[in-house]
Amino acid sequence: MLELSNIYKVFNPNTVNEKIALKNLSLTLNDGDFVTVIGGNGAGKSTMLNAIAGVWRVDAGSITIDGVDVTAMPEHRRAKFLGRVFQDPMMGTAAGMNIEENLALAARRGKSRGLGWGIRKAERAEYREKLAMLELGLENRMTTKVGLLSGGQRQALTLLMATLQRPKLLLWTSTPPPLTPRPPRKCFLSPIGSSTRTS
Amino acid sequence: MDISTLLNQMPGAVAQGLIWGIMAIGVYITYRVLDIADLTVDGTMATGGAVCVMLLINGYSMPVAIIGAVIAGMLAGMITGLLHTLLGIPPILAGILTQLSLYSVNLKILGSGNQTINTRKYDVLVSMGELKGVPFYQNPIFVTAIFVIVVICVLYWLFGTAMGSALRATGNNPNMSRAQGINTNTMKVFGLMLSNGIVALSGALLAQYDGQADVQKGRGAIVIGLAAVIIGEVLLSKLLRNFALRLCAVVVGGIIYYIVYQTVIWLGLDADLLKLLSAAVVAIFLGIPYLKRRFVRPSIKSIMAQEEDSTNA
Ligand SMILES: Nc1ncnc2c1ncn2[C@@H]1O[C@H](COP(=O)(O)OP(=O)(O)O)[C@@H](O)[C@H]1O
Ligand SMILES: [Mg+2]
Repeated sequence: MLELSNIYKVFNPNTVNEKIALKNLSLTLNDGDFVTVIGGNGAGKSTMLNAIAGVWRVDAGSITIDGVDVTAMPEHRRAKFLGRVFQDPMMGTAAGMNIEENLALAARRGKSRGLGWGIRKAERAEYREKLAMLELGLENRMTTKVGLLSGGQRQALTLLMATLQRPKLLLWTSTPPPLTPRPPRKCFLSPIGSSTRTS
Repeated sequence: MDISTLLNQMPGAVAQGLIWGIMAIGVYITYRVLDIADLTVDGTMATGGAVCVMLLINGYSMPVAIIGAVIAGMLAGMITGLLHTLLGIPPILAGILTQLSLYSVNLKILGSGNQTINTRKYDVLVSMGELKGVPFYQNPIFVTAIFVIVVICVLYWLFGTAMGSALRATGNNPNMSRAQGINTNTMKVFGLMLSNGIVALSGALLAQYDGQADVQKGRGAIVIGLAAVIIGEVLLSKLLRNFALRLCAVVVGGIIYYIVYQTVIWLGLDADLLKLLSAAVVAIFLGIPYLKRRFVRPSIKSIMAQEEDSTNA
């Protein structure tokens, strides 16, 4: 469950560029909800998702995810609740690391990253299977650097990474149609609590 | 100009190249892995030497002196990391601030601008006096090569761990890293500590090799480190995709740098111009990839080969 109550976000406060991007916004999503937020450019859709993700702290109000007050929680600690697909297809993956390394990073979201191996053999088989579901042939290119993939391929990979560990909430900022990944035929989004998508 | 003079200088060049190669591995971690040009290292290089020499002079054993140097280097890296992550100072500037303050710190550690140690009196690991006429296991080339191998092995293991992957991801894409739950600030501080610890190790070995520690020692160290990284990459990157081998390439870059350095001196170049020459070489090599992208059209064949390589890697 997600609860935004009376959140505010002001950019460049007390300057000529002051911009109140979120004003007294409240929103409640229940488990299983699928919400699409539609609005003109600059309406504040990305700002809302960034507030939930914790890119910065909101100026007022509170945010609760799954009963946990995350208002003061830094971005990396909120990550355990969230799967995120960014608007920019280049944003969601590490270009200099290969496909399986990116997936292994995502598989450890919200877990402690100690001196155990960064990727284990058993994981590779699992990733291969999941990549095959995208039907983009990426399962045969697991050691290809992600920087060599197309925007659409990278976006599809980001989506897989966001859902590799079942998130409480999937935040997805949609990209213009040509860059949007073809919806996978076998849906692996089903087990997610709730998801928010903006366009 | 007698070629045998030059040849006589080659073992020294190789030993120095190996020592600076360790330093360049430290630079590689910040510059290539973390994507931060860290200028702290100019100070850390001298700090490593200063701490090592002073501990030796004060009667501590050689391993303690080296470990002390490494810890001092890590502290310096931590300061730069905290200036950057806690105070939001851009990393280049944070490094410059630490580097400048280290100059004072190094003067205080040494008590003066320079301290020499009699390498026969102290049990040093590497000394330029031992390039000849000692059993191979005392030869500085052999000893530093062991250090190089140990450092590369440890880093190869570390970057294969979950923590090492998080460090690489932080340098690659900090936004994505945070979205994956990585504390990018912690990783940056950790990376800077790791890098500066390695640089200080190099500084400690260099001070033993030279038989002295000097506050001026690290001036321009970052340029030498970058030169080694870039020379290694330009000459060997096509061959080497494995991380450990890339680090080896960096060390080879350091050795080549010092061989060229000795050769240029042998050719009679004014020694005053050496730093200018180093900087020019680094500037040119840093510029090449950019100029290539702008003016050279890639051949389709090489792209396909590249793709195949990375698929097979
Ligand atoms: N980092 C920022 N600094 C200043 N203003 C910003 C920033 N991010 C967004 N804004 C402003 O906040 C408003 C909402 O932006 P945004 O949430 O990106 O809109 P959209 O609905 O198109 O995603 C816009 O007026 C935008 O200019
Ligand atoms: Mg937007």
